[in-house]
Amino acid sequence: MNAMTTGAAAFLGRYEGLRAHLPGGRTDWVAALRADAAAQFRAQGLPGRQVEAWRYTDLSPIAALGFTEALTLAEERLSLPAARAPWRAVFVDGRFAAGLSSLPPGLSARSLAAELDAARGLLGALAEPTPMVALNTMLFEDGLFLEVPPGLDAGVMELLSIATHAERPIAFHPRHLIRLGAGARLTLIETSLGPAAATYLHNPVFEIAVAEGASLTHVRLQREGRAGFQLATVLAAVEAGATYDNFTLNAGGRLVRNEIHAALRGPKAACHMNGAQLVADGQHADTTTFLDHAAPDCASRQTYKTVLAGRSRGVFQGKILVRQAAQRTDGYQMNQALLLSEEAEIDAKPQLEIYADDVKCSHGATVGALDEAQLFYLRARGIPAATARSMLVEAFLTEAVEGVRDEAARAALDEAVAGWWEREAA
Amino acid sequence: MLKIEGLTAEVEGKPILKGIDLEVPAGEVHAIMGPNGSGKSTLSYVLSGREGYEITGGSVTFDGRDLLAMEPEERAAAGLFLAFQYPVELPGVGNANFLRTALNAIRRARGEAELDAMQFLKLARAKLKALHMSEDMIKRNVNVGFSGGEKKRNEVLQMALLEPKLAILDETDSGLDIDALKIVADGVNAMRGPGFSALVITHYQRLLDHIVPDRVHVLMGGRIVKSGPASLALELEAEGYAKVAA
Repeated sequence: MNAMTTGAAAFLGRYEGLRAHLPGGRTDWVAALRADAAAQFRAQGLPGRQVEAWRYTDLSPIAALGFTEALTLAEERLSLPAARAPWRAVFVDGRFAAGLSSLPPGLSARSLAAELDAARGLLGALAEPTPMVALNTMLFEDGLFLEVPPGLDAGVMELLSIATHAERPIAFHPRHLIRLGAGARLTLIETSLGPAAATYLHNPVFEIAVAEGASLTHVRLQREGRAGFQLATVLAAVEAGATYDNFTLNAGGRLVRNEIHAALRGPKAACHMNGAQLVADGQHADTTTFLDHAAPDCASRQTYKTVLAGRSRGVFQGKILVRQAAQRTDGYQMNQALLLSEEAEIDAKPQLEIYADDVKCSHGATVGALDEAQLFYLRARGIPAATARSMLVEAFLTEAVEGVRDEAARAALDEAVAGWWEREAA
Repeated sequence: MLKIEGLTAEVEGKPILKGIDLEVPAGEVHAIMGPNGSGKSTLSYVLSGREGYEITGGSVTFDGRDLLAMEPEERAAAGLFLAFQYPVELPGVGNANFLRTALNAIRRARGEAELDAMQFLKLARAKLKALHMSEDMIKRNVNVGFSGGEKKRNEVLQMALLEPKLAILDETDSGLDIDALKIVADGVNAMRGPGFSALVITHYQRLLDHIVPDRVHVLMGGRIVKSGPASLALELEAEGYAKVAA
């Protein structure tokens, strides 16, 4: 048993001191949920490298810090990026900012903290017993609680998370519940931002339920400040004939992890998980996926592309589990890395675990540098070296980003990619 | 336009070019013929600035400037164009985007206004039409899934758009059927005039039936061993390199 790290002890200390004041602190079922999570976190602490799922991502920079909550927010001092969609839910340091948000009518979108009772039986229903989920359950203050009624096409909505500057390290653990009724549709564009020099931890957990025949497109643009940490966990349950599409851009932060657990629970459910990781000098980006094929005739597709510059590190871990019931599963996973520097490192660990006998499942991985012949071809046509490199990086990302079809999401993604290149690599 | 004097170059420590002297005046088309391994492709890469070729001596002056001191993109902006023997495939890069980026980079370097997407499309369509090429050519990814002939035609399209002062055609005839060969030759011939020079590098005389050169040079063992009028190409075809060069 390891001694508790500074970071883990600080989180437990916050819980002990704050638990009566946290949302639902005086509501039995919430208090019980938090107490269970605290007991689990006390036993596990922040995961160390000896834990298999965290072998390539070292949390010691987080474990060494004592995080506290943010003080009262100053909404009027924030400058928000231009809106990408008609409706937007804004969270500042993990707390819902009503004055900055505009929520759509016709569906139920509200602050989780304000409507906790309505979340009874839903909150925690999908939770995996991971330390980061336990930490989130123990300390969450708020989140987006979104329910799309059956049959409604809710269009496009934005979820914006902003960290504010603080003198000391702050942490926030938003808990988002996204639930689509049967046959409903929604595109959710989520952006995380933070100031360049602020040390903070953003530890969001999404519990996503996509009912029969519904379709959720979830675009996550992680652009945290360069001293920020984001450890995100997405938990998705996809029912018969439903589709969950996740695209995640990891472009910001000092150390980030995008962990997705998706379960295909009914026949003909589908899941597409794509992503791009743009990792510059001093950054660490981790994408870890777990795809659970639990029903027959389901299809899953994963394409992840990682571009690494300077002294940086990228991680991809992807596990596909095909249970015995999941006959005629069609699964595909590809992860590719482009190393722009000799000091960059990528670790990839694909894993297939198959218990059904009629299954089509494949995976592949490649690691390479920019192609010298391609680069010369572009330069021989008059294109300056930096532009030529950026064209080839963009081309490398194409296969992963072309799945993002919503125009607003695509524009936001293109802007994030171009911004990263200009800032970090050109 | 192009003046090469005493040019020597090595690849991985092995001397390939052993003292090339060659002058291509403005408005002239010269052919370089030579057997395999004579240094033809090395010469084209050295002139266009590819990495991996060590220049050990001599000089190259292009339009009055020191060509060897320039980056590949600067050479292109100055008006040099290399039609590749093996055009490179660029998956994920649209041909129209590639052509417009190249054209605008060169226009910028020349101090000309850049073309927007509509202006570019109009120009590209006109060039495609003049070259009897399908518009499909610019809708695909650069050279991806192109036949050998289509790749060479795409090189000619690029040349037509970028309007170089000097084009180096590196074995552009290799792998082409007669129809494709004619399209390529017509593309080059259409550009001939006082402001356009070309260096046509080839193993066979066939291409020179369609692009008739002002002068022919024979490259063997890293040196120009013989120069003469267009009829020299026919002599080489009939009698072989060894005999003509002897």
